[in-house]
Amino acid sequence: MRMPAPLDAALLLAGGWLALGLGAMASPRSIALARALFPAGALVGLALAAVGLAGLFDAPAVRLLPLGLPELPFHARLDCLSAFFLVLLGSVSAAVSVFARGYLRDDPGSHPPGLQALCYHVFLASMALVLLADDAYFFMVAWESMALSSFFLVITDHRHAEIRRAGYLYLLIAHLGAISILLCFGALQGGSGDYTFDTMREIHQPAAWASVAFLLALAGFGAKAGLLPLHVWLPEAHPAAPSPVSALLSAVMLKTAVYGMLRVTLDLIGFSLWWWGVVALAVGLASALFGIVFAAVQSDMKRLLAYSSIENVGLIVAGFGLALVFHGFGMARLAALALTATLYHCLNHAFFKGLLFLATGSVLHATSERSLGRLGGLIHRMPWVAWCALVGTIAIAGLPPLNGFASEWLLLQAFLFTPGLPQAYLNMLVPLAAAAVALTAALSGYVMVKFYGVVFLGQAREAKLAQAHDADLWQRAGLAWLAAGCVALGLAPTIVIGLVDPIARMLVASGMDTGSGSWLFVAPIDPARASYSPVIFLLGVAALVAIAWGSVRFFYHGRMRRAAAWDCGFPFIGPRMQDSAEGFGQPVKVVFRPMFRIRGEAPAPLDTRPRYHESADDRLWGWLYVPVARAVDRATGLVTVLQRGRISVYLLYSFATLLLLLLIVR
Amino acid sequence: MPFLAHYGTQLINLCAAVLLLLAFTMLTQRRILSLIHLYTAQGLVLFASTVLVALVTGQAELYKSAALTLALKVLALPWLLHFLIRRLNVKWDVETLINIPTTMLIGIVLVILAFNLAAPISRLAGTVTRATLGIAMASILLSFLMMITRSKAVPQVIGFLSMENGLFFAATAAVYGMPFVFEFGIAFDVLVAVLIMGVFFFQIRERFDSLDTRHLERLKEH
Repeated sequence: MRMPAPLDAALLLAGGWLALGLGAMASPRSIALARALFPAGALVGLALAAVGLAGLFDAPAVRLLPLGLPELPFHARLDCLSAFFLVLLGSVSAAVSVFARGYLRDDPGSHPPGLQALCYHVFLASMALVLLADDAYFFMVAWESMALSSFFLVITDHRHAEIRRAGYLYLLIAHLGAISILLCFGALQGGSGDYTFDTMREIHQPAAWASVAFLLALAGFGAKAGLLPLHVWLPEAHPAAPSPVSALLSAVMLKTAVYGMLRVTLDLIGFSLWWWGVVALAVGLASALFGIVFAAVQSDMKRLLAYSSIENVGLIVAGFGLALVFHGFGMARLAALALTATLYHCLNHAFFKGLLFLATGSVLHATSERSLGRLGGLIHRMPWVAWCALVGTIAIAGLPPLNGFASEWLLLQAFLFTPGLPQAYLNMLVPLAAAAVALTAALSGYVMVKFYGVVFLGQAREAKLAQAHDADLWQRAGLAWLAAGCVALGLAPTIVIGLVDPIARMLVASGMDTGSGSWLFVAPIDPARASYSPVIFLLGVAALVAIAWGSVRFFYHGRMRRAAAWDCGFPFIGPRMQDSAEGFGQPVKVVFRPMFRIRGEAPAPLDTRPRYHESADDRLWGWLYVPVARAVDRATGLVTVLQRGRISVYLLYSFATLLLLLLIVR
Repeated sequence: MPFLAHYGTQLINLCAAVLLLLAFTMLTQRRILSLIHLYTAQGLVLFASTVLVALVTGQAELYKSAALTLALKVLALPWLLHFLIRRLNVKWDVETLINIPTTMLIGIVLVILAFNLAAPISRLAGTVTRATLGIAMASILLSFLMMITRSKAVPQVIGFLSMENGLFFAATAAVYGMPFVFEFGIAFDVLVAVLIMGVFFFQIRERFDSLDTRHLERLKEH
């Protein structure tokens, strides 16, 4: 039997997800049916990842779908860029679906389980279709159905007002972004009236129009990715959504925005000006720094992870900007290095952030508690979740030999080659950017110590945590799959670079050599300068641990004694005396004080019932969003003058408009 | 047929004139029942003119349009409207917002305006029936005027429907019809609109004990 072409298979699998979703509506109230569908969705995800792998090394394939409007059919295309993101989507969503099987509950007041399954699978299918679309019309249809289905997923627990508010904010910014993307396609079609991506590739844009298109794409996709200043929805929507959905939003949906940026800039426009890269670099770095600093002061674990997503997307966009800078100056190999680092980090972030969001889901499931101030010591109650989360934490903190280090190291390597840039100011400023990346990476280590330490280590801060149970088998399977992915991606950078290679060759006309010629070492550009081998590192660490353990066990007395952790010699230590999330974040709050709008009150010294309260808010609310909202309100206030409440008057308006238009047309 | 070749165009122009006359009559008519009859008559004229254009030009597509017109505008919609007023028990439109002679005067101004507006387009058109474009536009504007001057909901809906008649006439008589898909779509739209408005009638009456849309003023935001 002949295997179907990857493109057909991918389209069929996306259709399969849709069918699963619709199947759930056969009995929307039945939780058994919905539970049965999620593992099936996971299988579809795995198959899609396999199809993506096959598609990575195939020539681009195109297909005209018998769907869409008359005269305006849908075009689909699978090339290596789409295939790479399909692998990401399929492999991560498989784990999330398996996890969701264990996570799904039938809560009165939230959507019935069948409806959740419908939105979930429509969301997955529309993300796949976004990646496969080959004309602006199809792309926008898929993009909007992605936005809408995820909106309904975010407001699953719609009885809470703040969740509805978060959903509204998300929908609003998603639409701002969509308008910008639509306008971008308008600029790209160059007056030809033909909105297929093929035409857009053919047309050679004048630099001015191309710049307009680039900026619109950056704004539109940036809104979806959570770049500054359109990031506000992200820390609201991610905590509001159920955990598997947060995992999908953060791990996969943000990457579709990165995909969109890459597709529009490097594929559809086809050339790049160096200053585009500088813009992307600046926005990306600002988002990265902003995200991680805010993550450090959060006391809600899902908000913390959401801010950390802003940071990671910022790094990804910074890498993309750097690739554009190099590409704009015609330095193809360095562009390929930066692009490889970018795509590698996309994949890594999908795995470790998916893993961490799922882990918070398990914690939430077991304790119904999201606030870091009421958790702690869970490693004893939930060892599975804790150990998987530890893998994710090490990966996101950027420690070798896990995957976060590999991509951040590649990115830094790319930054270190900027002195070769032919632009005087640029090669002085970009090293500063490298410093910002390093700072971000260090702070992310700090934030993750806080996250892990407060949630899983120390003593339980509440009595009820003693009842916490470990995750069920389905949840464990999802967590373990992603944790294994983090390890594998970290240990095999050469293989990942090999997977990304065709994309770099297609987009910037050069691959990134792994340099050393062996699978063991990664050496971008020059082995004499820097090279890295995670496997040797792992063996070294393992040997050191073994020696330390062995020497304690055999040469020292070898007896074990359990004592309270971190008691610093105090005779008594209670759960309230541990370092809290706020306390851990305090240094960052002080150092970066100008970035926050801090409100709060400290108790008077003689207060017998002291209460301490402080919140650090985003200054952009006051600087940007509130003035814009006020202006809109005032403008709509002017329009209400027209509102007379009488149909005759309204009809008169249309009548006068009609007559006026007729007179003008004449 | 030599007869048709000779008199066909003349007959279409006659239909156009009758249509305009009917539009004026509607503008002056206060009884809702008569308005429905007038609307039905308009539908019949429209049907006749469509068949005539089809005969003269030999366009088979137009027969389909004619059949659609007959089914929808002569049979279905009048029946629906009759049913509505029987159920709602309204016979009279008590007063118009502007008195009838003034309305007539405004109507005449509109007709002059419509002819002036249509003149350049008519000159461009190569069809046999180009003089009818002005009339079609005039009847659209007159129906619009009727919607504005009535305060009750049912006459407003009839004005809306007769406006669609004017549009349809412009499409068939002046440019030999639109693609059938569009025509079908518009016909369907109108049907749905009337159904929805029917629901609204009941709702409005339930709320305000009257079908006078002036009561809706209370819904305004202050």
